[in-house]
Amino acid sequence: MKSLLTNKWLKSFGITATLMVIICFMTGPSGSNTDPVAGFSGSLFNSAPFLGLFITRRWVVFLLFALIAFVVQQGWQAYGRQVKVRYAKVMATPRELKSKRPVRLGTYGALLLLALLLPHLVTDPFWQVAMVQQIAVYVLLALGLNVVVGFAGLLDLGFVAFYAIGAYATAWVVGSLPLPPLFGHALNNFWAIPIAILIAMAAGIILGTPTLRLRGDYLAIVTLGFGEIITLFANNLNGITGGPQGSRIIPHFHLSLGPLKYVWGNGPIPYYYLILGFLILFLVGFSFLEHSRVGRTWTAIREDEVAAESLGINPLKYKVMAFAIGAASAGFSGVMTASQQNFVFPTTFSLFFSINILVLVIFGGLGSIRGVVFGAIVVQTITMYLLHSPPSGYQPADLYMYIGAMLVGMMIFRPAGLLPATRRKREIVQLREEAQ
Amino acid sequence: MLKVENAIVRYGAIEALHAISFEVNQGEVVALLGANGAGKSTTLRMLSGLHSAWSGSVTFEGVDITNEKAHDMVSRGIGLVPEGRRIFPQMTVEENLEMGAFARSGSFHDEIEEQYAKFPILKERRKQLGANLSGGEQQMLAISRALMGKPRLLLLDEPSMGLAPMIIEQIFEIIGQIREAGTTVFVVEQNATQALQIADRGYVMENGKIVFSDSAKNLLVDPRVRAVYLGESA
Ligand SMILES: Nc1ncnc2c1ncn2[C@@H]1O[C@H](COP(=O)(O)OP(=O)(O)OP(=O)(O)O)[C@@H](O)[C@H]1O
Ligand SMILES: [Mg+2]
Repeated sequence: MKSLLTNKWLKSFGITATLMVIICFMTGPSGSNTDPVAGFSGSLFNSAPFLGLFITRRWVVFLLFALIAFVVQQGWQAYGRQVKVRYAKVMATPRELKSKRPVRLGTYGALLLLALLLPHLVTDPFWQVAMVQQIAVYVLLALGLNVVVGFAGLLDLGFVAFYAIGAYATAWVVGSLPLPPLFGHALNNFWAIPIAILIAMAAGIILGTPTLRLRGDYLAIVTLGFGEIITLFANNLNGITGGPQGSRIIPHFHLSLGPLKYVWGNGPIPYYYLILGFLILFLVGFSFLEHSRVGRTWTAIREDEVAAESLGINPLKYKVMAFAIGAASAGFSGVMTASQQNFVFPTTFSLFFSINILVLVIFGGLGSIRGVVFGAIVVQTITMYLLHSPPSGYQPADLYMYIGAMLVGMMIFRPAGLLPATRRKREIVQLREEAQ
Repeated sequence: MLKVENAIVRYGAIEALHAISFEVNQGEVVALLGANGAGKSTTLRMLSGLHSAWSGSVTFEGVDITNEKAHDMVSRGIGLVPEGRRIFPQMTVEENLEMGAFARSGSFHDEIEEQYAKFPILKERRKQLGANLSGGEQQMLAISRALMGKPRLLLLDEPSMGLAPMIIEQIFEIIGQIREAGTTVFVVEQNATQALQIADRGYVMENGKIVFSDSAKNLLVDPRVRAVYLGESA
C-alpha cells in the first residue's frame, strides 16, 4: 500500500486527475434552490462531447482529458530530463559567448513592422479598441511591474495604485477634477506625462523607503494595503477626485506646433501609434537597464542580499529605485488610459487589476522583457477573445477560473514562464532541485 | 588598526555577545576560535555592520564605526568573506568578481586579471556559474570577490568549513599570501590547528565571551585549547 502511495507515476496522475476534477466541477452547471445538487451530479453525469468524436458522460470526458494530460506531462518530463543532461554537459565546460545579434535584430525588425501594420490588418472595431485599451496599455504596465517583481524580486500587489495616481494626475493637470488644476489653468495632456510620472515616482519612493526594509510576505501585504487605500481615496475624496462619479471629461491628446495641428481623437488608432512609440522607448530603456550595473545589482540582491550588502551594495536604495521605475511606468500608463478613455473612475482601480498585471508578468516569464511582452499579449488577447466571442457555456465571471487553470498549467510545464529569462530559469531549476 | 571595546550584541532578548573586547594590529593575522554557537559569526556580523552592537564600540583606523552600515564598510576598507561563502549562484565566476568591485569606481579589469593570476582555477572557470563550482572553488571565489574591494582588513568566517584537508591547506596558504601582500586578516575558525599555524595571535571564545588570548605559538600547545579544539584530553 505504501509503495502504491509513493509511486511517482500514480502520484503524478493523481495530481493531474484532481486538477481535471476541479475543472470538471468549475465548468459544469451550477446548483439552484430547486435543485441543490445539480452542480455536483450535473458536473459528473451530464453528457458532453469528447473532442467532437463521441458523446459520453462528463466524468468520462474529463478522465480521458486527465489521461491525455498525464501522457503529455510524462513525455514533457522525459524531454526535460534529456535537456538537463545536455545542459549539464554544456555547463561542465566553460561557455563561449555566442553572438546571435543579426538574427535577433532581424526578428525585432519584423515584429516592429508587424506592430506598425497591425491596425491595417485588424479592422474589427472591437479589436482595434482592445488593442489599445486592453493590450498595448497592459504591455506597458506588465513591463513596469516586471522591473519590480522580475528584476528586483519584490512582490508588489498594489501596482494599481501607481496606475491610478497617473490617471488622476492626468485629470488634475488637464483640469477635469473638482480640485483646481495644478498651475491654475488646464494644460495639454502632454504635460501630464512628466507630471504624472513624477508624482507616481514620488509615491513609489514615499511608500518604498519605509516598507522595502520588509521582506517577502510583509511587502506583499503592505503594497496590497496601499493599493486599496489609493482606491478608497479615489472613491471617497469627492471634493478632490470627484468620488464615485469619477472625473469630468478629459480631453484627448492634442498637438499644435505652429502649422502642425493634430488631435488624437478619431478612433483608437492614433493612440495605438502614440503608445507604440512610447512602448518602444520603454523597451529599449528597460533592456539597457537590465544589462546595466543597476540591473546586475538587482540580480545580486535577489540572489543573496547579505552577500550583496557585504560587497558594499545598499539594498534599500536599489529596491526603492526599482519601485520608483515601476511606479513611473504605471503612472505613464495611467496618462494614456485616462486620455484615451476620456474619464477616470475609481472602480477601474481594483485589486484584481494588480493581480491581472502580475499574472501577465508571471505568465510571460519573470524578469524576461520579451517574455513579459509576449505573455501580456497572449493573456490579454485570450481574455478579449473570451469577451468578444465567448464559446457556448462561457460566463464572464468564469474568466479568472480559466486564467487560474492556465497559470497552473504553466507552473507544471513551463515554471519560469512562456519565454523565460535565462538567469531566472536557472534559479527556478535550482530551487526545484533543492526542494527534491 | 581594529579595536573592539565592551561590545554587546543582542538578538532580540538574547544577548549573544557579552561585552567582548579585542584588537587587531596592522599586518597581523588574528584567529578567533570557538565551538559551535560561541558567537564567532556574530562577532563578524558586528564588525561588518550586518548587525549593530547594542553597546560598546568598534574603532577602525581611529574612526568610530560602531554604527556604520554594512554597505559602507567596503569603502571604509573592511572586506567580509561570509559564513557559507554566499556566492551568487546564478552569476558566472567573472560576474561574481565584478560584483566584488561594486564599491569602487573606475575600471576593474586589471584587478580581475590580478585575481586570476592569484587563483588560476577561477580563470579556468570564469564563464561557469557559481552554483556549479566545487566547495573549494567557491571558497576561493568568495575570498577573491572580497579582495576585489581592496580591503585593508579582511574578515573570514570559517574558510575551512566543509572542505577536504588538502583544500583547507591550500586556502590557508592563500590567506598567508594575502597577509604577505599587506592585508590584515581576522579569521574565525573551528579548525584551530590550521588557523593557529598561520596566525600571529588568537582569541578563544566560549558562550559569547572571550575567555583567553595568547600568541598563536602558545595557544597551539595550550592544554585548554588542545582539550577543546584539538580533540585531545588535557
Ligand atoms: N539571527 C539570530 N537570532 C537569534 N539568535 C541568534 C541569531 N544568530 C545567532 N544566534 C545565536 O547567537 C549565538 C551565537 O551564534 P553564532 O552564529 O555567532 O555562533 P558561531 O560561533 O558562529 O557558531 P558556528 O561555529 O556554528 O558558526 C548562538 O547561540 C545562536 O543561536
Ligand atoms: Mg558561525
